[in-house]
Amino acid sequence: MGESILKKRAGIEKQVDEFMDRVSEAGLLCKNGMESYLKGNMEAFAQAMTSIRETEHKGDALRRSIEQDLFTKTLIPESRGDVMELLEDMDALLDRFTGLIWQFEIERPDICSEFHDDFKELLHYSVESVEADVRSCRAFFKDIHAVNDHIHKVSFWEKESDKVSTRLQRAIFGRQDLRLSHKMHLRFFAKQVDRIADEAEDVADRLNIYVIKRTL
Amino acid sequence: MFAIFLTSGLFLGWSLGANDAANVFGTAVGTRMISFRKAAIYCGIFVIFGAVISGAGAAQTLGELGAVNAIAGAFVVALAAAVTVYWLTVLGYPVSTTQAIVGAIIGWDLFAGALIDFGALEKIVLSWFISPILAALLSALLYKMIAYGIKYARIHMFSLDALIRSGLLLAGIAGAYSLGANNISNVVGIFVPISPFSDISILGWFKLNAAQQLFLLGGVSIAVGTFTYGKRVMMTVGQGITEMSPVAAFVAVLSNAIVLFLFASQGLQAFFLGHGLPAFPLVPVSSSQAIVGSVIGIGLIKGGRGIRWRMIGEISMAWMLTPIVAVLISFVSLFIVQNVFQQKTFIPVEYQITAGAELRIREAGIPTDKLAEIREKTYPTAAQFQKAVSQRMVLSAREINVVMAATKIDRIMVTIDAVKRANGSSLTSEQKRAFRAQWRKTFEHHWQLEKALAEASPEWRARPGDKEQNREVMRDLDYVYRLIRASE
Repeated sequence: MGESILKKRAGIEKQVDEFMDRVSEAGLLCKNGMESYLKGNMEAFAQAMTSIRETEHKGDALRRSIEQDLFTKTLIPESRGDVMELLEDMDALLDRFTGLIWQFEIERPDICSEFHDDFKELLHYSVESVEADVRSCRAFFKDIHAVNDHIHKVSFWEKESDKVSTRLQRAIFGRQDLRLSHKMHLRFFAKQVDRIADEAEDVADRLNIYVIKRTL
Repeated sequence: MFAIFLTSGLFLGWSLGANDAANVFGTAVGTRMISFRKAAIYCGIFVIFGAVISGAGAAQTLGELGAVNAIAGAFVVALAAAVTVYWLTVLGYPVSTTQAIVGAIIGWDLFAGALIDFGALEKIVLSWFISPILAALLSALLYKMIAYGIKYARIHMFSLDALIRSGLLLAGIAGAYSLGANNISNVVGIFVPISPFSDISILGWFKLNAAQQLFLLGGVSIAVGTFTYGKRVMMTVGQGITEMSPVAAFVAVLSNAIVLFLFASQGLQAFFLGHGLPAFPLVPVSSSQAIVGSVIGIGLIKGGRGIRWRMIGEISMAWMLTPIVAVLISFVSLFIVQNVFQQKTFIPVEYQITAGAELRIREAGIPTDKLAEIREKTYPTAAQFQKAVSQRMVLSAREINVVMAATKIDRIMVTIDAVKRANGSSLTSEQKRAFRAQWRKTFEHHWQLEKALAEASPEWRARPGDKEQNREVMRDLDYVYRLIRASE
């Protein structure tokens, strides 16, 4: 009996780990995709898009399987609701990365070369903030007292992302030679990237509460 | 008639199952670590195993109700205890079934004019304080240690969940087994001597004797009680006192078991003393009260803000009400059964200072000069005799016990039937030989049989300082006494 219970748990532990891998992977693929887009390498961009779509599907399947296990096997009753929310939140971040790449594909924004570095830097900070979230989540499951070692970094990366976003928007609207519609289009993309870091920070805030609830 | 009498025992079993299952599975169900259904199934199965396998100690099968000397009286006493526990279960409070039984027996003592066991009353009152305090201290300490251990062991959330779940289930199973083994005698023990059952063989695999069949019935009644009405009290223990984490739920069950094991286990004390080690003192602890203490202990170590003190007040009130209500219900019901239904609820026990009794009192170092005028006078009840004695001289509690035991009239004759039945028992051959020597002898007092046996063989004698041996001798004496009574 004991062995089979432990096996079941080993299964769900692995799934949670794999799900976190997928979130992390989506950030890296998004970064690759945007860089390819900015370089004009549309073949590499298309490949990144295919990969990120697969990652999203795998992430969704894993999340559903974990949630099903949580309920059908009535696991962690005291934290089940919190863990469910956490998984949904992390999945939403994964979707954000996918959505961003899709928007690049659909809207094909014309990003002036002088903004390339800022866009890259902005996405780098957003990806880092999500990475810090992933590390915090892993710690939440494995070593709850280590969550604090990672969680504060999310805020740091979010602030950095805010700074770059503001600077980038100022630069966009400072250009007199661009049409307003073009400026607004670029602003929209800057905001989309920045929003990932904002949401990562919201997830970290909620995670903080879950940690307090579990350690009480 | 047997079936009617048995119903009150089964009702008591049902109430016990509905209330006491919370002691073993309450925190697990309250924290949703184990579903109520699963807990009730495991609890039911292992209560029955405990009752049938470990409940059948030869001389201890009568339980607390053995003190009641008429079967109709035992029926009413069991019913009074059952109604008391049922009422408090409906209200959702964890209470001690044994304390309800002791209360109901005191009601019978009052009605029958028998001596009230103040020692038992004192134990009840002490257990209200000792059980929760010991359990709270231990659970607080254990909680700190286990929380510290978990922090440094870095166990994955799901692995910890699995470990705690298995721990709760195993602790619950062990608790259910001992719940069945320890309480079954209170539920149906009194009905064993009048049971019409005979041995049955199940598919030739194993045999169930008459007592075990009764214990099986009693075990099933406890299991049914847990299944049909156990959830309410479980929720009080697991959720009503304070919000608990699964770790806290496990610590509560663990500290409950440890407190019972360390402070109420005669076997453990005998083991320590037998190996020349200092033993834990045996103190009156009740599982129902210890589990509440365990939960409070954890609530306190977490700062005490989450504890619902109002609920604790209500539970304390229920503890106090348990024996009081049982006394009242028992007394009133006995009155009705005796006078309306014309049933004999007690056999009068007379007291008399016979020549032998006087000698025994004097041998105990108590002067009997002042009792001269009541010598050879027969008193119909213990209460009246005790009053007559206390009017003439002041005695300590121990001295009163000596006088009462020496003067209690209990005419018995050792019949051939009793000797035959003793031959087939687990007594030693030396004990059997000494018992055979008493054939056809009659005794005026119970202690005279003890004395005659002690004179006939050293194996019937108490040895100073050897608690274990003395307990065994007492058990064997009680056994042959019941054999004689049953064969009359």
